[in-house]
Amino acid sequence: MDIIRTNTRIDFMARRKIALIFSVVLILASLGSLVIRGLDFGLDFTGGTLIEISYPEAPDLTDVRGALADADYENFSVQTFGTSRDIVVRLPPEVAAEEGADVSTAALNALESVDPGVEIRRVEFVGPQIGEELANQGGLALLYALAGILLYVSFRFQWRFAVGAVAALVHDVIIVVGMISLFQISFDLTVVAALLAVIGYSLNDTIVVYDRLRENFRVKRKGTAKELTNLSINQMLSRTVMTSLTTLMVLLALFYFGGEIIHAFAYTLIVGVIVGTYSSIFVASTAALILGVSKQDLMPVVKEGADQPDQEDLPARFRNT
Amino acid sequence: MNRYPAWKYILLTVVVAFGIIYALPNLFGDDPAVQVSSSRGFELDPALQGVVEEVVDAEEIQVRSTEFTPDRLMLRVNGSEEQLALADALREQLGDAYVVALNLAPATPGWLRALNASPMVLGLDLQGGVHFLMEVDMDTAGAQRLEDFVGSIRNLLRDERIRYRSVRAERGQVIVELRTAEDRETALTEIARELEQLDLEPVDGNDTFNIRATIPAEVMDEMQRNALQQNITTLRNRVNELGVAEPIIQQQGAERIVVQLPGVQDTAEAKRILGSTATLEYRAADEQNDPFEAERTGRVPPQSKLYFERNGNPILLSRRTIASGENLINAAAGFDQRSGSPNVSVTLDAEGARRMLDFTSENVGNRMAVVFIEQRPVTRTVDGEQVRDTRRVEEVISVANVREPFGRQFQTTGLDSSREASQLALLLRAGALAAPMQIIEERTVGPSLGADNIEQGFNSVIIGFCLVLVLMAIYYKVFGLVANLALTANLVLVIALLSMLGATLTLPGIAGIVLTVGMAVDANVLIFERIREELRLGNTPQAAIRAGYDKAFSTIADANVTTLIAALVLFMFGTGPVKGFAVTLSLGIVTSMFTAIFGTRGVINLIYGGRKRVKSLAL
Repeated sequence: MDIIRTNTRIDFMARRKIALIFSVVLILASLGSLVIRGLDFGLDFTGGTLIEISYPEAPDLTDVRGALADADYENFSVQTFGTSRDIVVRLPPEVAAEEGADVSTAALNALESVDPGVEIRRVEFVGPQIGEELANQGGLALLYALAGILLYVSFRFQWRFAVGAVAALVHDVIIVVGMISLFQISFDLTVVAALLAVIGYSLNDTIVVYDRLRENFRVKRKGTAKELTNLSINQMLSRTVMTSLTTLMVLLALFYFGGEIIHAFAYTLIVGVIVGTYSSIFVASTAALILGVSKQDLMPVVKEGADQPDQEDLPARFRNT
Repeated sequence: MNRYPAWKYILLTVVVAFGIIYALPNLFGDDPAVQVSSSRGFELDPALQGVVEEVVDAEEIQVRSTEFTPDRLMLRVNGSEEQLALADALREQLGDAYVVALNLAPATPGWLRALNASPMVLGLDLQGGVHFLMEVDMDTAGAQRLEDFVGSIRNLLRDERIRYRSVRAERGQVIVELRTAEDRETALTEIARELEQLDLEPVDGNDTFNIRATIPAEVMDEMQRNALQQNITTLRNRVNELGVAEPIIQQQGAERIVVQLPGVQDTAEAKRILGSTATLEYRAADEQNDPFEAERTGRVPPQSKLYFERNGNPILLSRRTIASGENLINAAAGFDQRSGSPNVSVTLDAEGARRMLDFTSENVGNRMAVVFIEQRPVTRTVDGEQVRDTRRVEEVISVANVREPFGRQFQTTGLDSSREASQLALLLRAGALAAPMQIIEERTVGPSLGADNIEQGFNSVIIGFCLVLVLMAIYYKVFGLVANLALTANLVLVIALLSMLGATLTLPGIAGIVLTVGMAVDANVLIFERIREELRLGNTPQAAIRAGYDKAFSTIADANVTTLIAALVLFMFGTGPVKGFAVTLSLGIVTSMFTAIFGTRGVINLIYGGRKRVKSLAL
């Protein structure tokens, strides 16, 4: 059974202008959303206090707000979470800066006054000094991951491919972060982890196409770089779609059954897998082509009487002479 | 013909069997258990087992098994009622020196335990509990140390009769102002001799001759390390008060300490106990009166107080303190230079040193004791209402003869073993004034949320896993079923490795496992698609299988290495739960290389490899 016809001859390269416009529009929309709506940074980055509690019966939210106001809290938010009995209270970071960790204890006392049968589900208090650090670490992690990948792909293939791969990754990260901003998903530490996983995944897809491209460049005698790129993408299309499908399936399972805490994480990965699949087809190879990847770049060094298969495994950078 | 040599099948079988054995403990639940450990973090005396057995017999509780290690004594019982009853009885019998905690001991069968197989530890987000990140205020610690030096220099100059104008701490340095150049010369040599760790530099003031003393970076680092260590020790003692079965207290970075208390729900109580204080006092022994007499008659002389040593002997101590915890700068266990016997060397600050010198000069030959004092928070029930209060607990931790007059630095010798020396040093440091600490992060997960998290995590793994199995079977037929076998083996191997590494399973860790399941089939998808391609090119099935595996290999390797790079970065930068995600993801990638390439090839060879003529492949 073939879900995707295995002998596809789609002219991806002919559609690259449309794809380019599509990507540019998405990136602009993402950047626009980031500028206008910004990111809904979670507690991990802003600092502050979050209390999730479960009342035996659905409480009147005005009572809950009143209890907190009586305890002299300001700028807090009270929301239901999942069911109407579960409440999430968020206190601003300024309170935490003044009172330190005692704030969660004091707030809990206030919440108990509404109904003493209240059950604590989750308390998170993040001091202001932590948030900034985590934000820096997260940003650094993304940069290091990109740099490491750039090096590895340059080493295994050629710098044009590396630049193409990283272009695709930057494309993916911008669009995924844009989608997080657009739908105001809370941006917390797990989302950073998911973004790194997206980088890993999208790259995986890109490398698979590149790998075939390299093989075709070496093996096929005829054909322009554009034609061979088209061929390679087509050859790998069923694999790309199949792997994306299996990954999406488990992610959907995680999204629907994994619970609220893992929601943002699963959302990020779902968007990331879709965008990553698209970019490995339309962005990574196109970028390498625009940079002028040619057959010569990937040809093994021709030695006397050589046609030895083991030459194929030499890293590309040795073949540029 | 595609055949594997026998050794490859043996290897495959061994690895899978190994995976199954080490993943197996996760299927057994927990036994309710009662755990006894020392409240001071000392090693347990084997004689304790006898005492505990007496209690067990007296209460007529059936204990399923008893495990004794130097760290703890674990008693497994049949139900939570027996657990509570036994814990109460033991608490009453053993008193404050021991922590009696309720625990859940993994119900791993004996033969698996003999193989060192144990289940994964559940993270706080799955079992419920409190996580604190505490930060030690190093600025204050540094300022305290600087003030110590100011005091020491003042005393030194006074003792040496060098007239000075002022000694003060200023911008992380000590500035000594003197009136003449000659005074400065003598002061420089004296300070350099007495306080060798300081960097000294003469500078000229407007009409004064100054010395600028700085604390070198390595001394400062050493001081910070000590401050952190001291706080960790203090926290350990406090946490033991809470009766938590498996607390984690760990250094994180240069200034932070992680405290994790599984199962603790009352965060207010936990915060109070972590913040409670301990100190110690050096006091003179009352040598005029007989402590045994005082114990027997109950008549204690007014200037003294009756204490008991650790061996139970009574001792009368003067009410006047010579030095207290805030005077103690450091206490370190070591060995005496001359005799080679274990000792503890103690360093006092300037004020403590002066008072110690005054006392010891007049009391050579008399005894001096160290009393460890703790303000322990307690909850009492008064008229049916819970009242929170603190209780002062005093304990004599050391009694020693004064051999000669001493001040700033002295040694306590006559200790039985180096273990006793390190225990004493630990207690002394715990009682010293530690650098202030602050909670900068708190994460509490209630038991119901923890249970929900486990259930939801487990469900999403199962559902995701099944969806992938079905899709693969439909799309790749026989080959898909083989891939499913490999996927199952991969899941088992990941769980086995996580269990062996003693990794803590968190919700993001489960997410990592789920993601691994989705991505692990990629290798098989690549291989199978390649085989289909080779078949279309007109190759025979056997050749197609061979070519498919061979040609897909480098692609798989390249793709996985790049994903590993991302996972590695995640591991380096991530903290706590994010690290867990990185670990499961990396392990999954590595094991999937084995199962998806080596494993499936083995099975495919078994199915198709032996036949002379294969007409078509079920692919």
